Amino acid sequence: MDQLAQQLINGLSLGSIYALIALGYTMVYGIIQLINFAHGDVYMVGAYVGFASMAILGLGVFESLALAMVTCMILGVVIERVAYKPLRNSTRIAVLITAIGVSLLLEYVMLYFVGAAVRSYPPLPDYFNAQFAVGGVVISAKSLIIIGVSVALMIGLQFIVQKTRIGKAMRAVSQDADAARLMGINVDNTISFTFALGSALAGAAGVLVGIYYNTINPLMGIMPGLKAFVAAVFGGIGLIPGALIGGYFIGVTETLVSGYFSSLLQDAVVFAILILVLIFKPAGLLGKNVREKV
Amino acid sequence: MKRTLSWLVAGALSLTALAGCSGTTAPSSAAGGGAAAGGDTVKVGLLFELTGNVASYGTAEANGAKMAAEEINAAGGVNGKKIQLVEYDTKSDTAETTTLAAKLMTQDKVVAIIGPATSGGMKAQIQLSAQNKVPIVSGSATADDLTVTNGKLNEYVFRTCFVDSYQGTVMAKYAASKLNAKTAVILKDTSSDYAKGLADAFDKQFKAGGGTVAATEAYTAKQTDFNAVLTKLKGQQFDVMYVPGYYEELGLIIKQARALGITAPITGGDGYESPKLAELAGSALTDVYYTNHYSATDTDPKVTAFIDAFKKKYNNATPEAFHALGYDTMKFVADSIKRAKSATGADVKAAMTETKGFSGVTGTFDVDPATHNPIKQATIIGYKDGKISVTEKFS
Repeated sequence: MDQLAQQLINGLSLGSIYALIALGYTMVYGIIQLINFAHGDVYMVGAYVGFASMAILGLGVFESLALAMVTCMILGVVIERVAYKPLRNSTRIAVLITAIGVSLLLEYVMLYFVGAAVRSYPPLPDYFNAQFAVGGVVISAKSLIIIGVSVALMIGLQFIVQKTRIGKAMRAVSQDADAARLMGINVDNTISFTFALGSALAGAAGVLVGIYYNTINPLMGIMPGLKAFVAAVFGGIGLIPGALIGGYFIGVTETLVSGYFSSLLQDAVVFAILILVLIFKPAGLLGKNVREKV
Repeated sequence: MKRTLSWLVAGALSLTALAGCSGTTAPSSAAGGGAAAGGDTVKVGLLFELTGNVASYGTAEANGAKMAAEEINAAGGVNGKKIQLVEYDTKSDTAETTTLAAKLMTQDKVVAIIGPATSGGMKAQIQLSAQNKVPIVSGSATADDLTVTNGKLNEYVFRTCFVDSYQGTVMAKYAASKLNAKTAVILKDTSSDYAKGLADAFDKQFKAGGGTVAATEAYTAKQTDFNAVLTKLKGQQFDVMYVPGYYEELGLIIKQARALGITAPITGGDGYESPKLAELAGSALTDVYYTNHYSATDTDPKVTAFIDAFKKKYNNATPEAFHALGYDTMKFVADSIKRAKSATGADVKAAMTETKGFSGVTGTFDVDPATHNPIKQATIIGYKDGKISVTEKFS
């Protein structure tokens, strides 16, 4: 029983990371139907910005988190303006391939500048290393912080999307970009704003991972990026609550698989889920089957 | 404009190609000691990965060997003859290794070849060594099947390091006798043959010594979250964990295990050796023990003398295991040449096989005539609170 509780806590911490990344995937997909494969690498850049801010600038954890979010926000908008906007009216495959190109570009430019060796985050303030034992279950302050920060960010996101004018514009563009334009919404700016939001969340996830696992490297974005993509598809791509559920589901599943079966199977199971979802419920858990208009 | 550009590019390309060609096989007599090519020198080949993906191993070992050669020559050489090194770069490429080994044996007529650093490189010249009767010696090729392939001894192949599986055996004995462990769990990196070899040997020896292995779990390289598998292991009763692998993952495993409240000693092999380990694990690096070929914190006078000399020669750098192994390998070759009836490959090989009590910085060893592996002690390095607390020889 203790072991199950412990595994669930492990799974929720991991799931928070996936959920934060999955939100970026799903928002971008919702608004321009693009799988932004560079998203996992924005997360990697966020981790490095956090590292630089703590190790070189000597800022605190939360300042670094904010700095990484702002930097990634700018990076996200630049990627969108430079790489995706000129292809807005091209075929979807062209944009998808561009996305893969941007992803590889970010990875290897980073590899060139920071080297392939792993780096570890500087020592954290003491309250990060605190631990509580509840029965036989060890809860670390880090797990709580990672879950807490993620949930706070998600609530913030939900507020922006549901309660603000720009959120309303985002929802309008995702339903019908042309109609939104006719209503006087600046579609380009709305799309850029979506990238900015998603990238900021990815940047936050990067810093949280750096704090939690204490290791970062230029190729760290590939696997979590893919798994977050699975999470987004699982929940129903394009739907914000779907990404949340998907992220936590994938995190917990992965942990339980390696906890009760074999850690070698965890990735296999995650991608098997992707295949099953695509076969049986292509629109995802929360998605509705919409017939394509001809 | 476009045409000019393409011509420029073509020109540049062919220039690089030319440069690449001329850079290939120029031999450089490194530590010749000023001896003229004549009857008063004995030629030894130095064939290492000086460039390419395992260059850091090859260069370190070559530097160690060169330093040893200089010391030997300064002390008068072997049997009155100076050692003349003939050095080539394998570029970490096995085909290149075979070509260069043939060149060393047939054209340069060396009496022995030192290197390459990796088992793959060594295997590329096994056949040539037998054909040309030139012994080849590596300081760091640890694959079990290098000296004995399919039950048959490769007569001209030697090494001065212990084999992979030996590390597992030593740690199993150490855990049982020094850490008083009765029950162990194994967590191994399944993406590496090295880690699997260590884990199998540990398992075998630990059980043979009367202990039980409660569980064997696995992970793959590049993983960052080990909480799930560690939580699973935490449910078991055990006195020691054996975790062979490489430092990138080990640092995280140690940190996460300690955070989950696993207090049992964590043990492993030479993959732990890196300053990154302490950086990744931080203060969690306590009660961690691993086997290695050599330790820079060893207080043995032979080792401290080597470290001082090395620092003087190489800009105050601290020698690593590869430097020490390269150094020992050169000394071992020189020692064998001294004891050989004549400075020919066959006689040197015979002398190598008969080695007894050769003493180097990585330990004292005999060569096992049946396997050509050195019978030597491993160094156990232990950490407490992020600092080295134990350095001892053990076998």
